[in-house]
Amino acid sequence: MYVAVKGGERAIDNAHALLADKRRGDRNVPELSLEQIDNQLALAVDRVMCEGSLYDRELAALAIKQARGDMIEAIFLLRAYRTTLPRFGASEPIDTGAMDIRRRISATFKDLPGGQVLGPTFDYTHRLLDHTLTADSDIAPAATAPADAATFRSVADLLAGGGLIEGDAQATGEVGDLTREPLSFPAGRDLRLQNLARGDEGFLLALAYSTQRGFGRNHPFAGEIRYGEVEIEFFAEDAGFAVPLGVVAITECQMVNQFTGSATQAPRFTRGYGISFGQSERKSMAMALVDRALRAKELGEEAGSPAQDEEFVLSHSDNVQATGFVEHLKLPHYVDFQAELGLLRKLQAEFFERDAQTEAQLQDAAE
Amino acid sequence: MSMNNSNDRDGSVATQSHARRRAAMAVLAKAARADIARGLSQIGTDVAFTDARPAEIGLVMLRGRIGGGGAPFNVGEATVTRAAVRLDSGETGFGYVFGRDPERARLAALCDALWQNDAKRQPVEDHIISPLRQQQQERRALAQAQTAATRVDFFTLVRGEDER
Repeated sequence: MYVAVKGGERAIDNAHALLADKRRGDRNVPELSLEQIDNQLALAVDRVMCEGSLYDRELAALAIKQARGDMIEAIFLLRAYRTTLPRFGASEPIDTGAMDIRRRISATFKDLPGGQVLGPTFDYTHRLLDHTLTADSDIAPAATAPADAATFRSVADLLAGGGLIEGDAQATGEVGDLTREPLSFPAGRDLRLQNLARGDEGFLLALAYSTQRGFGRNHPFAGEIRYGEVEIEFFAEDAGFAVPLGVVAITECQMVNQFTGSATQAPRFTRGYGISFGQSERKSMAMALVDRALRAKELGEEAGSPAQDEEFVLSHSDNVQATGFVEHLKLPHYVDFQAELGLLRKLQAEFFERDAQTEAQLQDAAE
Repeated sequence: MSMNNSNDRDGSVATQSHARRRAAMAVLAKAARADIARGLSQIGTDVAFTDARPAEIGLVMLRGRIGGGGAPFNVGEATVTRAAVRLDSGETGFGYVFGRDPERARLAALCDALWQNDAKRQPVEDHIISPLRQQQQERRALAQAQTAATRVDFFTLVRGEDER
């Protein structure tokens, strides 16, 4: 039997008013603007856009503010918002080779064309707290140097020239979309990558780490990581041609992994691929490692580790789904619990009755 | 980048003109609303027009390629606003821009329509597109120069055993 119980409206209203009050905090402290969040918490904005699967810096900043900095709550808000909008279609595929580079490094070739440009990075910092940031800081403008028209040829291209690395699989059929069709297994690599691109950074990081520690080892090198701006085009039906929409910032990771070969094919490096909105390097790297791990079967590897199990990985990567199911345990389960309680009482009564009988029998035997 | 050029059949002049129009649209897509409005006020919009498609906010699914160059896949969506205006002289302009600013999409569409008008093209190029393009190129050049300053110059230390 299901019993509906009402009540708590006033408590809920007041709780939400209290939330708004706490969100604002001390009124003597200036309120955060969305521009401040966008500019000064830029990587938080990037992460919310990435896992919220919606590129819109202003909305992501708003979500972070509304969620009081709770990233998964902010991601949830963005996901909910996107369901209210119509979809015009899909863009032309991004050409990451034409990226306006802001950072590009390779751990495999020191002197690759275009060189190693570090860009704005935490790498090589000492991870010491900088107490000068506690007050208003006066930061000098960044250094500049003449920018030659460097072409940043990709590492995959360089290796492909010598037949040392696998190429890109070309298109076959429709592009899968897990926002339209529920995921089913086995999933194509297009769907796997879409799932990973919006997957939780922490979850993917842990899985990627597990492959490095031996649970599905595939011996990776960071072949290349690039971050920068790409122009996006969209084929507009009414205009009749591909119109430019503007630019988005993207991070791409090309992981180079250990060889595969066969009777008919010389051994060559394999690859894992990661891409994310904004400057989300850890996410892109983790994605590339997990992408490669999920290719175990395709590449004829023994697949017994969590990161190689596509159903396990793809079913648990989404933090909005995960938080929904975990956090729903907070909601009233009074009737469910009463039923369990009733059952437990019955089991206990039987137990004690049995116990009493056994004791009586023992006593009889002793006498 | 791959694109469908519907004007190819008209020969290279039309193709060039189409490329210039798309280049102008690319500048407008990256421009702030106030900057487009300021440019438009300078050229004087004595042209009558109607909204062929009222501004509408929606989503475009951004696609990547597997491995960077392979089959397409869906990375995630972006907000896009679109609008279309029709000049009384017949030209239809389109505005497709990232974000959620209806007026910006409408102004971009108006600029695109005016650009297609023989009498208005040059003023649009001179007073709207050129200054915006220059502004965008300057911003880009600064970012590139700052990036270039972080390029690693490797040098090899002289090794002890080589000196003997």
